[in-house]
Amino acid sequence: MTLSKGFFTDTSICIGCKACEVACKEWNDIPQSLQGFTGMSYDNTVDLGADTWRHVAFVEQEVHDGVRWLMSSDVCKHCTHAACLEVCPTGALFRTEFDTVVVQQDICNGCGYCVPACPFGVLDKRESDGRVWKCTLCYDRLKDDKTPACAQACPTQSIQFGELDELRERANGRLEKLVEAGPTDARLYLSGSDDGVNGAGAFFLLLDEPEVYGLPPDPVDPVHDLGSTWAAAGAAAVALGAGIAAAFLGGRR
Amino acid sequence: MTEARSYYGRPILKEPVWTPEIPVYFFVGGMAGASAALAFAAEAAGQEDLARRAWGVAAAGVTVSPALLISDLGRPSRFLNMLRMFKVTSPMSVGSWILAGSGATITPAAVHAFTGRFGGLARLLRPVAALLGLPLATYTGALVANTSIPVWHEARRQLPFLFGAGAAASAGAALLVVTPLEHAAPARRLAVWGAVAELVVTNAMEQHLGELGEPYHAEEAGTYARLAKVLTALGAVVTGAAAARSRPAAVAGGVSLLGGALAERWSVFRAGFQSAADPKYVVEPQRRRKAAA
Repeated sequence: MTLSKGFFTDTSICIGCKACEVACKEWNDIPQSLQGFTGMSYDNTVDLGADTWRHVAFVEQEVHDGVRWLMSSDVCKHCTHAACLEVCPTGALFRTEFDTVVVQQDICNGCGYCVPACPFGVLDKRESDGRVWKCTLCYDRLKDDKTPACAQACPTQSIQFGELDELRERANGRLEKLVEAGPTDARLYLSGSDDGVNGAGAFFLLLDEPEVYGLPPDPVDPVHDLGSTWAAAGAAAVALGAGIAAAFLGGRR
Repeated sequence: MTEARSYYGRPILKEPVWTPEIPVYFFVGGMAGASAALAFAAEAAGQEDLARRAWGVAAAGVTVSPALLISDLGRPSRFLNMLRMFKVTSPMSVGSWILAGSGATITPAAVHAFTGRFGGLARLLRPVAALLGLPLATYTGALVANTSIPVWHEARRQLPFLFGAGAAASAGAALLVVTPLEHAAPARRLAVWGAVAELVVTNAMEQHLGELGEPYHAEEAGTYARLAKVLTALGAVVTGAAAARSRPAAVAGGVSLLGGALAERWSVFRAGFQSAADPKYVVEPQRRRKAAA
């Protein structure tokens, strides 16, 4: 059995060069995604989507002695409990031998259910194509024992690829060092295995609250509540049947 | 700072990519499912005329439904992939099988009701059609609830009842429109009860959602939510007061209820987009949850 693979993105050393975005586009042959001039610092990529599988966020914060510039390369989280995979009716979304989550493009029929299911808003439909696309964690490269394109291209090792348990250890060590070095808001995001998505294949070291980077503060796989959802649908079906039966019994009185 | 922080106010979630065919299907499929159960009950009660018309409404609904769903797909030619597996974690997968089963059972039942042919097959399939019709009317509530959209997910206990009530009102209303007065009594009762249930469940859902339910009072979802309430209440009053004595009143009441049920689905659909578009609906409850933990 292959060990779980994933990303540790240490945003404290991201320099916002967008090499990850470019490498991802090139390797995966992703169409252009001109989203216009946003005025959001140096970010015209805007968000993750069908044609943007890495997105470098730029946050400018006013601090007492000037500007603090936060940069962070976002990516699909490859959740252990992945809502996209669970709701996919065709089985196009599947879990690989590396515990990553991938869309099989020859199966996807573009039903779009995974798009609102994802608690991180990662997946989207490619309009020109009708199917849904997202980060594959370079499944083809992993099969050849190679590093994903984004991590390979990252010049500062802000994006680190590897075996998840080892990456988690490395992340804990890095956080300790940062805390030792002085006052910091640094924190790990999605680094555990007991969160709302039961652990993620891509986790982060952030320097502020997750929502500042456009990340949900406490994401939960919506399928965790499926029991009560189905129970309500069943009870509502029974109530509907009872109502219809009663509409006829009422006439016999 | 009390206001939720965000990344330039950008949404955290993606808006659904579903086309307007989807809420129309919620309406049509619900009407078809409830009509099938109504048809079976009418047959059991010996009301052949009402049963025949109800099978007709059900058959029309399950014929239109797949067309609506297929035209929404990004790759319509791959519609059969919907039946590639059966996944309980995907209400869309379960629903595809329910709809396929409904089509396969309602159609022969309707053919028999109108032509008298295939009697043995129809007798065998009618109870199955009636049983599948009930979840056909309610699974769509589970489908939208099983997403990360706050206004849908947090209403997971109400949405199936709302769609079920809307289906009852729609089936009753459709039959009110196409059935002579003397055969329409059960349809009238179902239409009025369904409408009342719709209004009660809508109110309960909005109460339960609290701040997360804001989309139902703003923009397009708000407009259609109000329209749904007005048309449903008006339809119920006209139907209850005059539909037993006057054909025009029955038609007017039925049309008003159908419009109300359709507006209700549209309002729920649009509320999902509005809920996804504002990051505060994601950040604020999750912050509170974290603070409480």
